[in-house]
Amino acid sequence: MAPEPEAGSNSNEIAELLPPPLPPRRKHSGEGLHVAPGQSKATTAMSSVDISTMSFPDGSRGTFTTSAMRAVSTPASGFATPSRGASEDGLTDSMSVVSFAPTMRPAGDLASLVAGEIQKSRAWNMLRSQSATVQPFEAVEDTTSTDDLAGFEKEFDNIPDLTTEGVTDDQRLALWKSKMKHYMILSSAGKPIYSRHGDLSLVNSYMGVVQTIISFYEGSNDPLLGFTAGKTRFVIAIEGPLYFVAISRLGESDAQLRSQLDALYMQILSTLTLPTLKNIFVHRPSTDLRKPLEGTESLLSSLADSFSKGSPSALLGALECLRLRKSKRHAIHNAFLKVRSDKLLYGLIVAGGKLVSVIRPRKHSLHPSDLQLIFNMLFESGGVKAGGGENWIPLCLPAFNNRGYLYMYVSFFDGSPDSTSSEPIPERNPDTNPDEEIAIILISPDKESFYNLKEMRDKVAHQLDKTGSLAIIRTAVREGRPRINAVAPATQISHFLYKSRANVQFCMATLELTFDGPEPEKLVARRRLMSVYHQLHASMHTKHSHLKVLHCVGAEAASLAWITPVFEFYCVAGPNASRAVMTQGANKIIQWAKREEERLFIIGGGVF
Amino acid sequence: MADSAGAPRPSSSVKLVLLGEAAVGKSSLVLRFVNNDFQENKEPTIGAAFLTQKCNLPQRTIKFEIWDTAGQERFASLAPMYYRNAQAALVVYDLTKPTSLVKAKHWVAELQRQASPGIVIALVGNKLDLTSDNAGTTGEGEPGGGDGDARKVSTEEAKIYAEEEGLLFFETSAKTGYNVTEVFTAIANAIPETSLKSARGPGAAGATSRTEEQRVNLNGPRDPNAKEGCAC
Repeated sequence: MAPEPEAGSNSNEIAELLPPPLPPRRKHSGEGLHVAPGQSKATTAMSSVDISTMSFPDGSRGTFTTSAMRAVSTPASGFATPSRGASEDGLTDSMSVVSFAPTMRPAGDLASLVAGEIQKSRAWNMLRSQSATVQPFEAVEDTTSTDDLAGFEKEFDNIPDLTTEGVTDDQRLALWKSKMKHYMILSSAGKPIYSRHGDLSLVNSYMGVVQTIISFYEGSNDPLLGFTAGKTRFVIAIEGPLYFVAISRLGESDAQLRSQLDALYMQILSTLTLPTLKNIFVHRPSTDLRKPLEGTESLLSSLADSFSKGSPSALLGALECLRLRKSKRHAIHNAFLKVRSDKLLYGLIVAGGKLVSVIRPRKHSLHPSDLQLIFNMLFESGGVKAGGGENWIPLCLPAFNNRGYLYMYVSFFDGSPDSTSSEPIPERNPDTNPDEEIAIILISPDKESFYNLKEMRDKVAHQLDKTGSLAIIRTAVREGRPRINAVAPATQISHFLYKSRANVQFCMATLELTFDGPEPEKLVARRRLMSVYHQLHASMHTKHSHLKVLHCVGAEAASLAWITPVFEFYCVAGPNASRAVMTQGANKIIQWAKREEERLFIIGGGVF
Repeated sequence: MADSAGAPRPSSSVKLVLLGEAAVGKSSLVLRFVNNDFQENKEPTIGAAFLTQKCNLPQRTIKFEIWDTAGQERFASLAPMYYRNAQAALVVYDLTKPTSLVKAKHWVAELQRQASPGIVIALVGNKLDLTSDNAGTTGEGEPGGGDGDARKVSTEEAKIYAEEEGLLFFETSAKTGYNVTEVFTAIANAIPETSLKSARGPGAAGATSRTEEQRVNLNGPRDPNAKEGCAC
């Protein structure tokens, strides 16, 4: 194996000595690949970070187990797997590589970190230039029979109940089993509390089985955390007297499923508070919790469905804000603060599930998991907005204080522009897109403060109208999420998520272009995208992985994740997008996010 | 102040609370009254919803401030907050569910014990569209519905109880709209003049033209005959 003559660099000798190439400067002479003359310049950057490039020629998914690693970096893919150790088993090494990168501060330029891509032959490049426009998941269309998500469009259809004629029990059971995601909640005494799919007659016996299995391990002081059956993952969470079970064929990691179960538990606490829940079971362990929770099934289900559909907010544990100019947002904060009622604890303006403005006491901040519950109640489940009018809702915000109730005033602004008179108009335009609804949420610890907060709402509405802020909010809502081409022109990246870690907020590109369409296709396309993000996220957050940058190429899509102390970044492109192109695009997006930080995120909010 | 003749009809606010077991159709009645709309499979109310709607009577306008409460047991302890100072209450049960009438009776007893003394209470049996005698329903065109009569509470039983307790009584269908406006109109008519005088100011639009000297003599407060026969 003669070294390529043009690859002159100070470390060339090493490559000569070690036929399995030393990753940062590797080259497969046998494959006729040409190393760029200037490539050695990237040396320091390359070796400073551990980069795992994984390609899955068979499109295999799931967590990155050792067996999956075997598929990594096949010669055909031409991608390097740089690792510290240059041994034959460098593949496994790459999993345990310790990073020497100065990662405590954000690296300025992602491209320089992963610039080690090998130059391809001209033919390859030409071929690629033609296929680069392939969108993510475009190739999936033909393989529906073997597709992991086949049938996902029926995931949220109801299973007919016992009274439905012409449906046998076997058919109902088959439907139930065809669901890719189940959530079950039961008491430690085995009483069913909630199941996402199927009525009690259908799931009762399964609940019994679940209870038996969990109790068995409980009894031996070795709680069962999860198990796998075929392609299905079972994850169990035990919260005092309650058992939570998630059953998933969607490829989520244990940690992700666990956080979903935790959210369901928070929803229950939000309804009952922790002391009440404890009390119920202390006095009667066999209590049927369905009665005290009556009417919240729809909240649990909408929460569960948002997880199954794939929620970036839940995945990242962060909130999304409405993008506004800094000065406009300040004007809204100030208008809000100016008319603040002394009964107020938190005040929020929310548009279509995106935060517009927050005012809060200096001592308290709002926890994303609490806001997730509120947003779920207002925007995902129909209980509040369908009734019209104003609402006065007792609820517990478990992350704020799981021991008592707060009282939440909610009013939606009408869709029509002249609706901001001092009087809320209960009759809202039915055509209003739920994504465009603007709500004002005022939270107080005082249960008698409804009229007080109602008055405040009228003043806020008046202020916002007078200053034109409401119109600005409406315009921003209508504009929607940023289009990727506006963020990073001419990039091949199709979609991205960017989380600002300090602010616990995220922003993302619009789903409208690539991940849109008529309803069933849209649902599946978005789930596919979210599955990629779930996998990326799981790999990045695997314990002890110490991953900073991860680039994956599969048959369906290429994806890239980058985590620094400042942000988490994930993006997806078509399967043929090269690493260089992706990193370039990623860099542009991250620069954009940095530039726009004060528009994309609420920094601090209005504090009183 | 005294010459309210030239002014538009005097308007006064009436605080009205809806009580009753979960899923009897409280919110649907309100939605029908306020928006003339109906939603199949409406999700349960959480906490309470506050809505307003005007009801025009020949001599005055009543502005209802409606508290539509959630029926679930866990919200019961909050109910006093809503019926305190209320001038009217609508206690709703489901014609197809006898236990809901039992619950309604509990609410009536609680209101009579704890609410303002002059409170006007209407007992409303909802879901008439599910029974075979849904005469007067608009549209549908299939009297009796698909699977016959689901009625489990007889008109007689509820009517006798309502008369004993001095309640207005209606059977309604929020789905078809049958008798819904009538309930609210009857309540508006039944509100005693004296309690209107003390109506709270801020919400009332025509606060300048007070209602004190109005000689509105409708069919008299708390007239049990106001039930059923409302000719609106």
